[in-house]
Amino acid sequence: MISANLAAIFYLVSGILFILALRGLSSPDTSRQGNYFGIAGMIIAIVVTFLSIGNFSTSLVYVIIFLVIGGAIGAFIAFKIPMTAMPELVAGFHSLVGLAAVFVAIAAFLNPAAFNLGNVGDIKLASLIEMSIGAAVGAITFSGSIIAFLKLRGIMSGAPITFSGQHILNLILGIGIFVLIFYLCKTQSTNIFWTVIIISFLVGVLLIIPIGGADMPVVISMLNSYSGWAAAGIGFTLENTALIITGALVGSSGAILSYIMCKAMNRSFVSVILGGFGADNSTDDKKEKKDQKPVKSGNAEDAAFLMKNASSVIIVPGYGMAVAQAQHALREMVDKLKKNDIKVTYAIHPVAGRMPGHMNVLLAEANVPYDEVFELEDINNDFANSDVAFVIGANDVTNPVAKTDPKSPIFGMPVLDVEKCKSVLFVKRSLSPGYAGIDNELFYKDNTLMLFADAKKMTEDIVKNLD
Amino acid sequence: MEIDPFIFRLSIFILSIFIGYYVVWSVTPSLHTPLMSVTNAISSVIIVGAIIAALAGTSESIFNTSSIFGFIAIILAAINIFGGFLVTQRMLQMYKKKKDKKK
Repeated sequence: MISANLAAIFYLVSGILFILALRGLSSPDTSRQGNYFGIAGMIIAIVVTFLSIGNFSTSLVYVIIFLVIGGAIGAFIAFKIPMTAMPELVAGFHSLVGLAAVFVAIAAFLNPAAFNLGNVGDIKLASLIEMSIGAAVGAITFSGSIIAFLKLRGIMSGAPITFSGQHILNLILGIGIFVLIFYLCKTQSTNIFWTVIIISFLVGVLLIIPIGGADMPVVISMLNSYSGWAAAGIGFTLENTALIITGALVGSSGAILSYIMCKAMNRSFVSVILGGFGADNSTDDKKEKKDQKPVKSGNAEDAAFLMKNASSVIIVPGYGMAVAQAQHALREMVDKLKKNDIKVTYAIHPVAGRMPGHMNVLLAEANVPYDEVFELEDINNDFANSDVAFVIGANDVTNPVAKTDPKSPIFGMPVLDVEKCKSVLFVKRSLSPGYAGIDNELFYKDNTLMLFADAKKMTEDIVKNLD
Repeated sequence: MEIDPFIFRLSIFILSIFIGYYVVWSVTPSLHTPLMSVTNAISSVIIVGAIIAALAGTSESIFNTSSIFGFIAIILAAINIFGGFLVTQRMLQMYKKKKDKKK
């Protein structure tokens, strides 16, 4: 049994260790050490909680059993999950944080004495506000993440689901939550507390269904942020510094990532949240398909020939590479090119893939050294001096329309200047437009050679032809 | 006049947002996915609340309505803690420099 003051100091220590864990991620060299700081912080927080409660009865045995069950499930998932499924996994994990926040809030509401918050029906006003906000944000995080998970997993269509009056309904429900919390504080009624949680679940669903597949990087970052704010809300209720610090860190981390993603798409955060992107351009799309322009298409042999005679190649991966699981074949191709003294680098757009940093992880999995992988602003000037750009599974992020056509929905979005390369190899299954629903001008350029095939199969064929 | 302890917690909260802001901007973009999985893991420190709730049961009734919610929350948070840290570790192991490759 340790005093509350000593416990508070230990919670502060674990909060600091969490800060160091994030700090470590500033470079891959220090990141592994950072992760150990994070683990240490978590162990301290859990052990201190046991010691400060000082209840070593049979309950503790059950607590440890449940901890081990959860831990085993978590460890199993962590080892089994393929790297391409990382966006779904993160969405799934967010939902668990959200639900845990809801349950802790419910437990505190039903048994406030255990948390020193007063008695049933007479909970301290501040605590009541904090726990209902924590529960509401947690519930939104939970149901929102479930929808994001279903969309990323492909169980639910990635297309935006919109209906008229959607935003007004969300607004009414949002205001409704605040009104109910106000009455909850006046009446301490259990029914109102449950209603707040149920409406919040509904808001989470309604908030995410109108958002399309291409905006998923923003959604995941946003839910990451929400899970942090939910944790902070519970932290205030429990008067626990470790939770408050962590909640604030995670909340701002998610918010910054959302900001970076929005900026990389030149879209405002509000327009992403309102959703519907990728569905409203269908009419323009049909028009463009009518005046089909000539396209040059080639096969693996042509591609191999072009690359063999190049002195520098830049690879532009996108979500299609993840879907086709082509990263290992790609790495094999690059190895062959390097043997012929061809300089190969990778160019990554911030929103390539379905979550921030998605492509980097996949390339790292295929043993691509991280110092060959460059971000948009670091490599964009190199396209003009390179011989071949190999676009695999990316589309909208290479569309020159973003620079030339002010009417295009993606105008102003920073894109990779792929077309400045001497020749462009574009691996794609068909001419269909990308998630933004717009045609890519790059397909019809004279220096573009389309390679119509599955990304993995095409890359493997090129590897064969490079011998 | 005495200052409400809430104000101190609010100060910690706001200062932490600032720390988070500066620390996260210094994270290299190539590690944004591990950043998400690790923030996921650390936000599961909410398990602290779950443990308090679970241990609040008396020796006669270990499982009452409140503590059952605590126990379930322990499982949820534990999945996240172990899953989050381990998957982050797994990802970070894969980031290698050119030099390492030749070994």
